[in-house]
Amino acid sequence: MKKKESVRYFDIEENKDDQPKETNQEVKVYKIKPTARLLKANKFKNNKNSTQKRKPTEKEKKFPGKAPINPAKLENYSRGEGFEGKGVKHPLYALKLKKKENKHKYAQKQASRADILLTEDQGFLEVDEDNRTTGITQKVIVDNVDITAATKAFELNLDFGPYQAKYSRNGRHLLLGSNKGHLAAFDWITKKLHFEINVMESIHDISWLHVETMVAAAQKEWLYIYDNTGTEIHCIKRMDKILRMEFLPYHFLLAAVNEFGFMTWLDISIGEIVGHYNNHMGRTPVMTQNPYNATICLGNSRGVVSLWSPNVKKPLAKILCHKTPLTAISVDNRGMYMATSGVDRSLKIWDIRNLDGPLQHYKLRTAPVDLEFSQKEMLAVGLGNIVEVYNNCCSQTAERPYLRHNMGKSMKNFKFCPYEDILGIGTSHGFTSIIVPGSGEPNFDALESNPFQTKKQRKEAEVKALLEKIPAELITLNPNEIMEIDVPSAKDKMEAKKNLLYVKPKKVDFTPRQKKKGKTNIARKKIIKEASRKEFINQVIEAKKILNEPQKENKPKQSFGVLDRFVPQPKSKK
Amino acid sequence: MSVKIKVISRNPEDYLRATKRDIHKLQRNYDPSLHPLEGPREYVRALNAVKLERVFAKPFIGSLDGHSDGVSSLAKHPSRLAVLASGAFDGEIRLWDLASRKCTRHFVAHEGWVRAISYTPEGQQFISVGDDKTIKTWKSEIIDEDDEDPLNTLLSMSVVSGISHHRSKPIFATCGEHCQLWENTRSEPIKVFKWGVDSLHHVAFNQVETNLLASCASDRSVILYDFRESGPLRKVVMELRSNALSWNPMEAFIFTVANEDYNLYTFDVRKLKQPVNVHMDHTSAVIDVDYSPTGREFVSGSYDKTVRIFESLKGHSRDVYHTKRMQRLTCVKWSLDNKYILTGSDEMNIRIWKAKASEKLGVLKPRERTALNYAEALKEKFSAHPQVKRIARHRHVPKHIHNAQKEIKTIREKNKRKEANRRAHSKAGSVPFVPERKRHVVKEDE
Repeated sequence: MKKKESVRYFDIEENKDDQPKETNQEVKVYKIKPTARLLKANKFKNNKNSTQKRKPTEKEKKFPGKAPINPAKLENYSRGEGFEGKGVKHPLYALKLKKKENKHKYAQKQASRADILLTEDQGFLEVDEDNRTTGITQKVIVDNVDITAATKAFELNLDFGPYQAKYSRNGRHLLLGSNKGHLAAFDWITKKLHFEINVMESIHDISWLHVETMVAAAQKEWLYIYDNTGTEIHCIKRMDKILRMEFLPYHFLLAAVNEFGFMTWLDISIGEIVGHYNNHMGRTPVMTQNPYNATICLGNSRGVVSLWSPNVKKPLAKILCHKTPLTAISVDNRGMYMATSGVDRSLKIWDIRNLDGPLQHYKLRTAPVDLEFSQKEMLAVGLGNIVEVYNNCCSQTAERPYLRHNMGKSMKNFKFCPYEDILGIGTSHGFTSIIVPGSGEPNFDALESNPFQTKKQRKEAEVKALLEKIPAELITLNPNEIMEIDVPSAKDKMEAKKNLLYVKPKKVDFTPRQKKKGKTNIARKKIIKEASRKEFINQVIEAKKILNEPQKENKPKQSFGVLDRFVPQPKSKK
Repeated sequence: MSVKIKVISRNPEDYLRATKRDIHKLQRNYDPSLHPLEGPREYVRALNAVKLERVFAKPFIGSLDGHSDGVSSLAKHPSRLAVLASGAFDGEIRLWDLASRKCTRHFVAHEGWVRAISYTPEGQQFISVGDDKTIKTWKSEIIDEDDEDPLNTLLSMSVVSGISHHRSKPIFATCGEHCQLWENTRSEPIKVFKWGVDSLHHVAFNQVETNLLASCASDRSVILYDFRESGPLRKVVMELRSNALSWNPMEAFIFTVANEDYNLYTFDVRKLKQPVNVHMDHTSAVIDVDYSPTGREFVSGSYDKTVRIFESLKGHSRDVYHTKRMQRLTCVKWSLDNKYILTGSDEMNIRIWKAKASEKLGVLKPRERTALNYAEALKEKFSAHPQVKRIARHRHVPKHIHNAQKEIKTIREKNKRKEANRRAHSKAGSVPFVPERKRHVVKEDE
């Protein structure tokens, strides 16, 4: 039996119980007075052991307790790894952090348990194993869904040239704007028209603002804002010749880029421009926002995608995505994937958080007109007259599209309708909406965006949203930076010390030492060369010695007998 | 070919309320991808919460006026929140109903000051001491006319300047030349504690460890007594004299003294050599101090015309109350429901304040409660952010306080600089670093 080096009082008692009598002789006996404290500690230890043994199995329990949680769902609500209990200076702080961590875990569990309350299920489209979903036409889908869903697939034939379409944030309202000046907004589910006007100018881009009572239209010269009766309420001349624009709902910023590469962020709640500068990227006709961190992604004709915030006049990041001009960019809702396409007919999926090499690289038949991620990470790709929708194309390579729809007319742009299984396409002859089962989020959060919002709720939500307007200064690549701990650098610490009274800080040179990693300087090279040369010479000498010595031995010495002592000796070196 | 299709199709009836009297249905989905920018949004909410806290910080509730001379002492009723007794410099005692803010009874009790008042543990009677060397016991409630006269009048041989009642026994302590223990029925003190020839001006029974009491003496010392023993236990001598003393109601071994040197000192009875904490911020002598019933905070009133609230573990005040008309504070009390602060001052008024300046009075609805709890959690989470910290810490103070603060800061800096210079130019170690906590205690006697 393994002998323990240190024996403690409780070990002895245990040994007595467990071991048979013959080994008892080896046990050391300590004379310990059983004080109350010792007994209590021992009792506690025994109790602890015994309760572990007595613990009933899950089946034995009458009431099994809370239902187990699906670990995948739990992972969805995770806040990261959390505190592991190491590297804390004082145990008190460790305890505090541990308690906090327990709260986080509890919140995570509760959030994932609340999933049970979600009422709707995600849509889907399933066929036999030998068939493919790609072949299913809109007609088949419309015939097989219920009436209310079937009415959501419709087509509008309009006369004023290529149309752009955008859905409001709650997916209830649709805004159409044509190149020839036709601007219309309506509740597309009840088909109730809000307004329809012709601005008698070309419209380059359109956007909903924070509520459905205001829309922005980038016209030939300036940016205009209309209300839901079609009345012009603002003409913003400081923003001219706008090419593309995006509305950042949590910051109340209307971001726009114009013909000459000037980027502008307009705070629509106070009417002030918070950022205005030239991006020096040339004409950038491709623009999208990253909903995860509210940065703007621009694509230019050199194939470079750049990320912008109003605070920095240089791009936060630049990626060379294609060697040809870009045609479209799209970023998914969680800010993980970015899809880009170029005129080289390729489609690439990137991990936008580390921007390291494309995750997927697809070759398409033609160059895509537009790309769009849905809420459930389906990717719509517009190829000439055809829209293809890919499912699961980011983390793995998709073999074939999930759905394909041929419209017979060219398209301008398309958008997935939030909280609906609908893809709305602005075409050269109007607007088409098609059903894409499983593309939308089935359960909305009424405090974020509510499709069934009443007027009063909308007003309330507007006030709440304005109160929580995020300042433009907080637009960064990592939006959670503000929740992280600000660790001061050594330089900052020294600066802080300088401000302290009567403390003399040490003088530290913060310029980094120039270590030439991988490079050896010439002097060093010379030394190495010299050393190797010397070594070589030594070796040669040694070799020569070895070669010479036997020669000397071989040489027969002439003997003179007794008179040898007069033969001259070779001088020994001193 | 068989096709299975499911598309999102919502029945509006499931999402809209049935009648106008119904409440709106509010579907929630806690999926993080539907709630982007969590960090910045929470930060903005925290910023708004801390701003709103300052907006709603209106601590002054009302004043009780009626005294015709400065208020010298206050006494809380041990079991009734609405009852308050106050004594004035002209010898008048007034009883107040705080709920209606009205005086219920007033009478002249002493010639000269009413030095202190103390309720008996049941609250049936209260005892007052005055400059006329008398200790008078009064009935709290008057039923017939005889009740208006004092129940009992004790004549002390020497001046009496403070009184404190035992938690449960019919014993009370007074201080003056000596600390004296009285029993209700006897006309002579049952015990007299003497230590030197000092005069004492404040005495306080410990309400938890009920045998212990402490007093402040004019020879700059704070003296501890055990009333079962014949003599005083220990004393600690400070640099300047202490004006008042309050025991922590939750930690029996902790007490705080209000000192003339603008600071308050929290002591541990077991180790009087150095205070546990030094509470700075007042700009003049601190006159009175009282703990909240939770023991987490205490309130102090000062000669600089401000009331400050300190957290008992922190060195600086969490709030400061002042009004234009409030003069030098003479007495402060923290109400027993932990919600209000009562202050008496030189200019004849008693003022009622909220203990938390921005707290809403009255009943909170559950949604209000949760919203406030959420705001509280956010404030705590982002409390280290410079913007949030700045707003939460900012207080407007009167000009004289502002100037005094500046002056004190300059003086402190001067001393620091002088010490640093001296240290720099003398032999290493000959000018030692003395921590702030050790500076103000002269000695501890046993």
